Amino acid sequence: MQSAAAEAPRVPHGRLRAIAGLTGPAYFWLALTIFLPLSAMFYFSFLSDVPFGKRVAVLTLENYAAFFEKEFYRTLMLRSFRLGAEVTFYCFVFGFPCAYLLAKSIKGRWREALFLLVILPFWSNALVRIFSWTMVLRGNGVLERLVNWLVPDYGPLNLMFTYPAIVVGLVHSYLPYMILTCYISLEAIDDSLIEAARSLGARRLAVLRRLILPLALPGILAGAILIFVPVIGSFMEPRILGGREGTFIGTIIEDQFTAVFNWPLGAALSFLMLGFVLLILLVVMPLARRAT
Amino acid sequence: MLHHKFLRRTLASLALAVGLALGSAHSWADEILVLNWQGYGTDEAWALELFTAKTGIDVVHDYFNSEQEMLTKLRTNPGAYDVVLINSAYTLQAADEGLIQAIDTSGLKNVADLSPGMRDNANLAPGETTYGVAWVWGVTSFAVDTNDFPEMPVSIEELWDPKHAGRVGWRDDAIEAVMFAAIATGQDINNPADFDVIRDKLRGLKPQIRTFWSSEDEWNQFMSANEFDLATYWSGSASRSKMAFGLPVEFVIPKEGAIGWLDGLSVATDAPNADGAKAFIDWMIDPEFYVRWDTEVGAPASANAKANAQLPEAAFNRAVLGDPEKVATLQFMGPMDEELRQKILELWQETKTYLLE
Repeated sequence: MQSAAAEAPRVPHGRLRAIAGLTGPAYFWLALTIFLPLSAMFYFSFLSDVPFGKRVAVLTLENYAAFFEKEFYRTLMLRSFRLGAEVTFYCFVFGFPCAYLLAKSIKGRWREALFLLVILPFWSNALVRIFSWTMVLRGNGVLERLVNWLVPDYGPLNLMFTYPAIVVGLVHSYLPYMILTCYISLEAIDDSLIEAARSLGARRLAVLRRLILPLALPGILAGAILIFVPVIGSFMEPRILGGREGTFIGTIIEDQFTAVFNWPLGAALSFLMLGFVLLILLVVMPLARRAT
Repeated sequence: MLHHKFLRRTLASLALAVGLALGSAHSWADEILVLNWQGYGTDEAWALELFTAKTGIDVVHDYFNSEQEMLTKLRTNPGAYDVVLINSAYTLQAADEGLIQAIDTSGLKNVADLSPGMRDNANLAPGETTYGVAWVWGVTSFAVDTNDFPEMPVSIEELWDPKHAGRVGWRDDAIEAVMFAAIATGQDINNPADFDVIRDKLRGLKPQIRTFWSSEDEWNQFMSANEFDLATYWSGSASRSKMAFGLPVEFVIPKEGAIGWLDGLSVATDAPNADGAKAFIDWMIDPEFYVRWDTEVGAPASANAKANAQLPEAAFNRAVLGDPEKVATLQFMGPMDEELRQKILELWQETKTYLLE
């Protein structure tokens, strides 16, 4: 009796091994490919130089200090966050209605077909997608020729190499994330809830505002995070679609690794960006939790 | 029992996989790995066929998109590469870091024909040791769309001319940008004295630049889409764009001068096939390779004077780059220490932020 009481709280030995065996490889992989490299980069961010070969590296805070000393780093960090917010907003504006239609209005085979169309961009290479946008947006490209055919002598659209062009490219790339996450949480909303609300006299807008949006909030937030975090660090779309407008903190960090051998500064800027993102999440999460 | 058999089989297949990976990773004798820009002479299919036929050595390529990427690849892959293309501004730095080895040029029959000024250039062959064999050289300046220019421009100030507002193409490279500004303000490109003047000159580009280009391919695309009237460019690439792609472009060396650069071929430290590497370098400076490369594809000028002299008279590399007066105006890129490079990069990033609307 005594031994049984003593053993009760402990997980059986065989079960522990099963858990370790099933989760071990995943955690090992995460540790090897994400945690270790990130830790190495975090360590580099406090060094004065990369410790390769004959280079001498001392511990220093000057990489982080550089961000606060030079104004243009702050300007670009704000610009990148603004880009992230805008792209997330437009993805929500276009993605949420699309997800709602998919989840509530369309049934059967049409739903499968439309779903496939939403996921299709994921199948193509990101670079190919961006270059296709250059063909559409550039001077004498598809869009300009269409507009000039509809409205003769309209002239140049001047869309290429502008901030809006970058937003267009990014929204196109990241829209599926928002549609999918919103679809999942909208699908989970019981139709009978909506019927009940309508039968109690709520108008469509009230149903949307007070029933659907709060219930779909987890999906919206998940989509927002999935879009916001990569966009603020993006450098491919800004470089190709933005031209001279394509300078963001992401491209600056890229330059530290490709134009000069200054990994410490690149690492420091990356972790500063991560720090700001965590700050934003810290602020937004409690608000979101209260809303749901 | 089952547990042990499973473990043994796993280890055996793991060992086999590792063995295969190591075995196929690199050369068993008759192969060399060349590190270069893509499409820059060393990977011309016909040239490699001739080389393999002559020596029996297979040539495999790896590419980089920036000089820093080349240095990073050398630093992080010791003992992997045989031949590396290094701009003479970086050769001594690479040698200092122990990334490349001294080359014994006595066995290379074409070295004697190299122009002495290039062969013995202090950035490639300091003292008696050769770290880089002078291969090709060229000019970084600007090229114009001949449809927009009835007369060829003569001054570098054309890039800042309000007539071409919003029609100038510029390369997004900090060092190149600062060097252009240095030439326009009459300073030493390798060690500009007055950075404030350079900053103002670069900021003067705000109304001018249409967009940045970063590769020859992009440059060709923008030119043919009529986005640029004129754009910064390299001499060898201009010749390729004109001949191989048929674009109406003309390269200009302005009176204030232009940026000269000299590329050398080096042998990496612990190269698996150093003898094969040297044989390949000898083939690259051979007039038989060079003349065909320039006439059929388009190339920068050869450091081999004999090869240059065999080009057709009208060829750009012979007519313009063979003109001593023009060559005298060039300022050649030289080594810079990391601090200066970092300072220049910061200046350029700050300028790009200023250039944003």
